[in-house]
Amino acid sequence: MNARNHASAAHVPHVRLYLAIFGALIFLTVLTVLVSYLHLPKAPAVLIALAIASVKASLVGSFFMHLKGEKALILAVIGVTLFFAGGLLLPLYDIAGSPTRVSQPWPSEQADKTQ
Amino acid sequence: MSAQAAAVHGGGEYASTGIPNGKLGVWLFLASEIMLFATLFTTYVVLRISAPSWPRGWEELNVPLGALNTLVLITSSVTMVLAYAKAQARDKAGFYRYIGLTLALSFVFLIIKSFEYKAKFDRGHFPSTNIFFAIYFTLTGLHALHVIGGIVFNSGLALWGRRHWDHPLFAGRVECAGLYWHFVDIVWIFLFPALYLL
Repeated sequence: MNARNHASAAHVPHVRLYLAIFGALIFLTVLTVLVSYLHLPKAPAVLIALAIASVKASLVGSFFMHLKGEKALILAVIGVTLFFAGGLLLPLYDIAGSPTRVSQPWPSEQADKTQ
Repeated sequence: MSAQAAAVHGGGEYASTGIPNGKLGVWLFLASEIMLFATLFTTYVVLRISAPSWPRGWEELNVPLGALNTLVLITSSVTMVLAYAKAQARDKAGFYRYIGLTLALSFVFLIIKSFEYKAKFDRGHFPSTNIFFAIYFTLTGLHALHVIGGIVFNSGLALWGRRHWDHPLFAGRVECAGLYWHFVDIVWIFLFPALYLL
């Protein structure tokens, strides 16, 4: 029975907690839709939408997927993955700041057209 | 840990990790899924900021239906975690009530999505129409395939549980199914604002 108690202690079903998280997720969904109706400029709109989505994802991960208090090995697997997934965004520093980021015709294509 | 204790503990626990093998396997699978969706998401961002013009999501997509589907999927995540809680509490009727609700909501999500797709097709919008719709159909289509995968797995689990309710691995398998289902929910949590609201 000790093993059983130990097992359930790791994931005690907190129905009330789940319902509170549910309420928070509904609230944040409504909030992100309402903010979108303000038709804000692109930069603040992206920041706010991604911030709200990240909070929602953290709530689902922490409580529904029980990452809060999860074993270190699983946290490490997800942490390393998120680190490298974030690395995918690194080239955007260059692309977003470049004045010629909008697809330009290649010089060779332009040469073809003038011929 | 004795074999009996291991069985009570949820079974299949590997001594050196302290984590059931199936659960660790699902997390490694989800890690690969994170990279898959993150790659497509980055592709979307690069294509969008490199495009000469791009519509705001709400000009082309149905925001109320997308928002409704977000609520449907979030609710299904709650019913899924409640199904796991019931499986742990050995409440068979409760488990079947919540896994049934989860499956029903999964179908509701797909039905709403199919109405959205139908509306796009009726207006002559296909993946080949332009890069916006190519990205929209690729991301939402891949996500919908994941929803179908979740329906298959959860249905199989519900059927298996009817005969194997007392199997030591049962609650652990419900947990694994839940991890996958919550991941599908998280993907949509990012897709909805990225495609519809920006």
